[in-house]
Order: sequence, then structure tokens, then C-alpha cells
Amino acid sequence: MFVPLLVLRNAFRHKLRTTLTVVGIIVAITAFGLLRTIVDAWYAGANASSAARLVTRSSVSLVFLLPLNYAPKIRQVPGVESVAWANWFGGVYIDERNFFAQFAISPSYLDLYPEFVLKDAERKAFLADRVGALAGRKLADKYGWKIGDQIPLRGTIYPGTWTFTLRGIYDGAEEGTDTSTFFFHFDYLNEAIKRQFPRRADQAGVFIEQLRNPEDAAAVSAAIDATFRNSLAETLTETEKAFQLGFVAMSEAILLAIQAVSYVVIVIIMAVMANTMAMTARERYGEYATFKALGFGNGFVAMLIFAESLGIALFGGLLGVAFTFPMAELFASTVGSILSGFRISEETIVMQLVAALVIGVVAAAVPAWNAARVRIVDGLRAIG
Amino acid sequence: MTEPRAADSGIGIETHVHPGTAIDVQPRLVEIRGLSKYYVRGDQVIPVLVDIDLVIDAGEFIALMGPSGSGKSTLLNLIAGIDKPSSGEILVGGVDIATLSDADLALWRASHIGFIFQFYNLMPVLTAFGNVELPLQLTSLSRSERRERVETALALVGLSDRATHLPNELSGGQQQRVAIARALITDPTLIVADEPTGDLDRTTAEEILALLERLNDEIGKTIIMVTHDPKAAEKAHRLVHLEKGVLAD
Repeated sequence: MFVPLLVLRNAFRHKLRTTLTVVGIIVAITAFGLLRTIVDAWYAGANASSAARLVTRSSVSLVFLLPLNYAPKIRQVPGVESVAWANWFGGVYIDERNFFAQFAISPSYLDLYPEFVLKDAERKAFLADRVGALAGRKLADKYGWKIGDQIPLRGTIYPGTWTFTLRGIYDGAEEGTDTSTFFFHFDYLNEAIKRQFPRRADQAGVFIEQLRNPEDAAAVSAAIDATFRNSLAETLTETEKAFQLGFVAMSEAILLAIQAVSYVVIVIIMAVMANTMAMTARERYGEYATFKALGFGNGFVAMLIFAESLGIALFGGLLGVAFTFPMAELFASTVGSILSGFRISEETIVMQLVAALVIGVVAAAVPAWNAARVRIVDGLRAIG
Repeated sequence: MTEPRAADSGIGIETHVHPGTAIDVQPRLVEIRGLSKYYVRGDQVIPVLVDIDLVIDAGEFIALMGPSGSGKSTLLNLIAGIDKPSSGEILVGGVDIATLSDADLALWRASHIGFIFQFYNLMPVLTAFGNVELPLQLTSLSRSERRERVETALALVGLSDRATHLPNELSGGQQQRVAIARALITDPTLIVADEPTGDLDRTTAEEILALLERLNDEIGKTIIMVTHDPKAAEKAHRLVHLEKGVLAD
């Protein structure tokens, strides 16, 4: 008990210095965790992808649509279990700041996404209602939507005001499942386009294929693309994960920068902490010399410094981890559904604690070495 | 020659007391032969101690005196094992401490040397009790055994009622008494005091010196004290003068 008591009392000998150091560590560890979580959220879509699903889009660009009559041809490709399609809607709910993903989907779409858990009654009600819509739990909670509510969306790609009736709210089968998307019927959209913009009708943004065997992904992808090679609308088929990563790749530079900043923050606080410990150790050379004179070894002196540094760093680290949760919630509520799947992973928490540990060890290394080497007579001269 | 007798120092450990005056022939506790200490600054060799020969008997109270820079503190440090000589022998209780490794020297100091510093050198975050207990943390004594000895030591120096006080809650004299209790707690072979009254007023200094005198007379502790103060030196059995690193007659 003697050593822990000594370390604890020494750590709080200069209350202001220790408090400020701990605050710095809290901020650094919180920022580190938050930045890692942002990066994780960016990859969340890709990580939640199914290995048994492929996505087919125009080989030229996602902006270009594909003929709807591709669906039965894709269905014929060996290895394809079923096909669905979807169009990005891109509407505005009241204000442009209220961003969330909206898709017009084929009736078979929900069959390909078993991770969207929906009550049978709600599923039936959605399928039966031409203007019916589904919303994820996170989205519905954010805007306070209830079953039966009328949800108006102002079209941007498809002009006009589109009003839907919320028929179901889906939950995620797993914690990482995105529940911030809005779905409505492709047929409803297509009928309206036929009336207003006939040349744009009967076209799908993407086709989604359910594979019989996930290991056939490469072969089936190639077969699908071969089917439409040399046509007016050639296709590019890839796994759902690769498709999602394509979006991530657009922001790769930003993600790298965010990751770099997260580590820079740790390095900065490490330098601050090292300065604190160096200052602290220098002030106590006389005490360390006295310890040595009384018979305590160099190792004991070094241990005192390491223990104090680790204690302060881990204390700040634990508080930093704790603060990450409310900060993440605040961040998530601010960015809305731009970054869905915003959750702090166990790996991030472990990394935060490891960072705190590394800060404590590195900050103490040089001061501990110097204090252990100080000659007793030189240290005693520091007193008085 | 009278036989030394075992006595209880009051801390629960037997000590040997020499019953008579300094003229009794007693075992040599400290033997210094040809001791020299030099510092090297670049290509300059600075002698601090030159060819010192000195014998200190068990139970003696020695005052090391001399002008500033005469090497008295250096000699004390060498005897106490917190510095190493450039050449020569230092035998304390028959052990040539100049040949011990740093680790062995630390262990030796823990058992054989009690330190009293000019500025007390107490740990500011430990109470008087905790400071006195500090050397016992290196022993295998149980918590209750340590407690008993600390309480005895504090009682010996008259600070039982200050056990829970931090150093900054004690006067200079009280802090020095805590330091003396700490110096005694392991029943060391030798007590070394470097200007123990240097930071105290006259009255308090007298109290401290009286305590040291008592430790020497009643418990038989061998004390080597560096001092500038002639009044402090009067308490000693023998004065050893140093000038420019050599013993003066």
C-alpha cells in the first residue's frame, strides 16, 4: 500500500498541473476515439455488406441508369438466386439539412435484405400500398415518425412533391445494420416518370443480385457483365462490399487525413505529458536522492515515475473513453444520417486505452532514466 | 577493558553500549586508509580529499569541522556510502564499502547508516509516521511490527502527538526530530549528520544537539557529524579538522 499511496499523493501534489494534464489527455483520447469512430462509420456500409449480394450498375457511371428489362436477363445468369432493383431518389424532407438516403425499390428488394427486420403486418401493409413507405428505426425516431404518418419529400432529381404513407419501421438484425434509410415503391416512381418524362421511365439505378453461393461472386459478376457487353448500356457488377468501398474511396484522402490527425493528437499530448513528467522529476531529484541514500534502488525511483505517469495517463484515458460516448452521440445527432452506423467499436475503446498506456510509458521513459542515474550527492545538492 | 553490553535501544533492537568514557578501548567501527577523492573537469584534476587516514571507534561522537570546501561533507558522504572514493579503503564494521557494487551499497546503507540532513529531506507527501517508517519498507517486517517501531521512535524524539502531521505542518525542529527518528528506525551501525542544526535557530539547535547527545550517551550510537557550529562541536567527543582536503592536527 505504501507505493500506491506515495504515487497517488505525488500525482496530486501539484493539483493544477495534474488536473490540466488529465484534461489534456481526456481531450486527446476523446478526439482519438471520435475520429476513429468517424472513419469506422465511413466504412460501416462496406462492413455491413453481405458476401452473398452483388450490385450491377452502369459501367460508365452510377449516374447513368440501366434498362429495367435487364432484370429477367440477369435472373437467367447461372448462380443468381434472385434480382431486385433500386433507384436513388435524393429528395428533400422539409429542409436540405435533413439529409437521409431514399430509394425506390422493387417488391423483391426486402427479400434480399433479411437484416432489415420488419413486422409481417407492416411488410404486408407496405406491399399493399402503392404510396406506402418504410423507414429505419433511427430515421423514424429522429423525426418522430409513426406508422400512418404522411411523409412529404420534395424531389430534386424527380421534380414535384411526393407524399408517402409510412407503413412500416424496420429494425436492424445486428447492431451495425443501418436503420436510417427511407424506402418506397419503384413502381410508384416509375408510373409518375412515365407520365412526366417518358424517356426516363423503366430504368433502374442499380440491380442487386442474391447469389446461390457466395464463392461464385467473381464468376457470376463476370457472367452478368458479359451478358451486356457491347450493348448501349454496359454494366459493371461487383460485390456489395466493393460497391460500398467505391463510395469510401472517393473520400480516401479525407479518411487518411482524419486517421493521421487522430494519431497526431496522441503524439501532441504525449509531448505535453513528457514535459510534465520531466518537470516533475527534476523538481524531485532531492527526494529521489534521499530515497537512494536510504537504500532504495535506482529501479524503485524509476518505478515511482513510471507509476505516476501511467496513473495520470490511464486516469485521463478512462475518462476520455467515457466522454467519447456522449461526444459521439452529439456528433451523430449533428451529422444526421450522412454517417449511419456511427457507433464506438470495442476495438476503438481498446485502442484508446492502449494510447493512454503508451502516453504514460513514453512520457515517463526519459525522466525515469535520468532520475535513476542521478548521483545521490548531486541530487542532495538540489535540496536547500 | 569493560565488555560491551547489549541493551534495548527502545526501538526493540539490541544495541551494544560502551559503558565508559572515550578513553575505553573499543572495537574500531570505521577505518579509513589512504582515502582520496578527485573530480575531473576536462583536463583538470581537482583534489577534494588527499590521503586521509582516520579511525572512529564504536560509540564515538565525532565532529568533522573545517572551512567551506575543505572536504568534510565529501568525507561524510564517502563514509556513509553515498559516494565512492577515487582511491583508498573505507572499512565500516570490517566491510570495505569502497569495493561494493551500487546495488550492494544500497542494501548496506539501508541496514547500517542512518542519515540526518541539514534540510531534513523528509518526503513532503508522507506524514511524520510515514517518513519514519520509510526505511522499514525495505525490511520484511510486518505492518504491525513496523507500526510498533515507528511509534517507539517517535516517542523517543518526543513527537508521538505529531505522527499524522505532514512535514509542512511541522516546525523546523520537529522536522529534524522526525528525520532523527527515521535515522534510528533500522538501528543502524552509524548515524551520519550533515549540518543537522544548519537550518535551525539557536534554541531548536540546542534541542537537536541534546537529542543527538542522548542517542550517543544512552543508546551508544556512533555519530559522525559535519558542522560549522562550534557549539555543536562541543557535544562531540572528538573534533576532526579538515583543511583543503587533508586532516589538520
